[in-house]
Amino acid sequence: MAGDAGLRFATISVLVENEPGILARVVGLFSGRGYNIDSLTVAPVDEAARSSRINIVTSGTEMVIEQIKAQLGRLVPVYRVADLSREGPHIAREMALIKVAGTGEKRAEALRIAEAFRARVVDATTESFIFELTGGTEKLDAFLALMRPLGLAEVSRTGIAAIARGTRTI
Amino acid sequence: MTAASEQSGAEVLLRALKDQGVEVIFGYPGGAVLPIYDGLFHQNAIRHVLVRHEQGAVHAAEGYARSTGRVGVVLVTSGPGATNAVTGLVDALMDSIPIVCLTGQVPTHLIGNDAFQEADTTGITRPATKHNYLVKRPGDLARAVHEAFIVARSGRPGPVVIDLPKDIMIGKAPYSGPPENGHPSYRPRTEPDPAAIGRAVDLLKGARRPIIYTGGGVINSGEEAAALLRTLVRLTGFPCTSTLMGLGAIPASDPRFLGMLGMHGTYEANLAMHGCDVMLAIGARFDDRVTGRLDAFSPGSRKIHADIDPSSVNKNVPVEVPILGDAGRVLARLIEAYEADPRSPDRAALAEWWREIDGWRARESLSFAQDLAPGAVIKPQHAIRRLFEATRGVGKDVFVTTEVGQHQMWAAQHFGFEEPRHWMTSGGLGTMGYGLPAAIGVQVAHPDGLVIDIAGEASILMNIQEMSTVAQYRLPVKVFILNNQYMGMVRQWQELLHGGRYAESYMAALPDFVKLAESFHATGLRAESVEQLDEVIRAMLATEGPVIADIAVDPKENCFPMIPSGAAHNDMILSAATEDRAAGITDPGLVLV
Repeated sequence: MAGDAGLRFATISVLVENEPGILARVVGLFSGRGYNIDSLTVAPVDEAARSSRINIVTSGTEMVIEQIKAQLGRLVPVYRVADLSREGPHIAREMALIKVAGTGEKRAEALRIAEAFRARVVDATTESFIFELTGGTEKLDAFLALMRPLGLAEVSRTGIAAIARGTRTI
Repeated sequence: MTAASEQSGAEVLLRALKDQGVEVIFGYPGGAVLPIYDGLFHQNAIRHVLVRHEQGAVHAAEGYARSTGRVGVVLVTSGPGATNAVTGLVDALMDSIPIVCLTGQVPTHLIGNDAFQEADTTGITRPATKHNYLVKRPGDLARAVHEAFIVARSGRPGPVVIDLPKDIMIGKAPYSGPPENGHPSYRPRTEPDPAAIGRAVDLLKGARRPIIYTGGGVINSGEEAAALLRTLVRLTGFPCTSTLMGLGAIPASDPRFLGMLGMHGTYEANLAMHGCDVMLAIGARFDDRVTGRLDAFSPGSRKIHADIDPSSVNKNVPVEVPILGDAGRVLARLIEAYEADPRSPDRAALAEWWREIDGWRARESLSFAQDLAPGAVIKPQHAIRRLFEATRGVGKDVFVTTEVGQHQMWAAQHFGFEEPRHWMTSGGLGTMGYGLPAAIGVQVAHPDGLVIDIAGEASILMNIQEMSTVAQYRLPVKVFILNNQYMGMVRQWQELLHGGRYAESYMAALPDFVKLAESFHATGLRAESVEQLDEVIRAMLATEGPVIADIAVDPKENCFPMIPSGAAHNDMILSAATEDRAAGITDPGLVLV
């Protein structure tokens, strides 16, 4: 729950026909109707069926979230809309590439923390690291907070990919 | 799907249109669509009606679609042709009118180069359409056209744009016939869930103060849905009200019809909505013109909402029983289930409810005072009443279109619609300039019908160029202007809400509408005072060709009853005598439109 005034976060997965303009259609729906997008990812998931999956993290009142789902569902190229945060347990992960610049004790401390978070070092110079870290949004946020005083220089995050636990499919 | 020998893209396009049953296209040529016009020149199956502005083409197609139930087809060129069509597309989107709009586009190799008359048509029309296509490969052309028709007319109908680059129209393309299914991911639900029908009948059978509230969805579903609505109303004996879009589904003369509801609806319709205990909404979307203040909307009722669009349900008003499906199918299932249910409704409670409603009816909220002495100024309501009465005996199918504003509301209030698909008005978008081109589309579809555009002198000037289309095709459209020399609804709101400061709402420098009619090869008539009105109406109806009748009406008349913005249904202003209550409109109400 997002807390105040009945707001909640929702992780919504949308299976779409992979046709030109579909992403613009989804994004335009959110901007045109004043809905929030906290994160959005999109990639083809089935080349043969020409389908792509869009994962959106949004927030709103229960009535607004239901509207978002209904509005997405009536787009012509949409096969299915799943509210993963309501339809049962699900897994959500994102990946970040995090550049930390520094020398001396701060550099050593950054590497120690990265090991504790199981972040991988994918690039290193004598004055910098690039860490690759995968996990839930909260884990990434926590890691970034720790890196900030240690020379956090740049962040690139993917946004979340999400899927339901168990045998359930979209 | 049958493959055939390759033809030009334009020929494939026209063949697909023909296979979709298209008989008429409303359009305007230009550079990017010349190959299509050349194709039209070489065939006789599809007729083309040349409008004078692309917005007019879309409204004409809307008039055609709404009066026939078929898909209206538009053909415009790239760039300004497409952007001029946008207002019409949004109008059709808001009112759920099936339109296929073909737009020309610069050749594929120039797309994105800021070429002459290039616009990002699919980008611009994405939020203006139900769906749109840019055909970039010849092999996609036929399928896109067939799919567009399926999308436009099925589910909740709406406008679909197909953007057609010029090289695709000139080059060869394969043809394929209409497919079994349309777009692979598009499967609108039309058949309602039996469990939802059961829960609805539970509520209906237990109702003591019921109301049926219907909208454009019943019209869109087809004549069958309107017939079923009449059956349901007869079967239950429940009172019935309608939105602006739904007028005609139930006859205006039916004693169970309470008239239109909403901002300018009748006192009895709005108070019945406010006081009901069970509301059955069918094909209506609880929009702000209907509900008034949301937190005071029908506070004591349990609500059943049947709609084909899941996003219309629980959007503005939470409902107990949502039913997803086509209005006609829902009505058919409701009637079956209602008749099969052994429980008998509470007849005594219903009779008491009707007594209460009759009390509200006795207030005669649509009444007005017309001085009949020669020389007296004409009340606009009186003009519409007299027009309505004069059209009843003409022995023709009577269709009415309107522009937008006071005249539109007075037409909705005072012209009785007995049948669906005979009333064409811009409801959701409120597009001034809708009525004349819409009347053209209606008249093209119904050459023997009597088609009247009830207009205001401000709105009619927004698409007055279409008089030239009227002249070219000798369409006997009658334009009935309620001329109060103001943008009447703007003036009314300025009077009620802005201290009578009439900023820019006075229509200075109006044309002489009689001469204007004559310059477009039509007949011009004018009524200055009440004793001239009936003669002008008689002369208008007796004229075979097009007519502009300029009716000078009371410039200060306001449209009542009225729910002021931000007020509740039970807080109506009934007449000028109670206007001072508008002074109590709160700031939250003032920001509403």
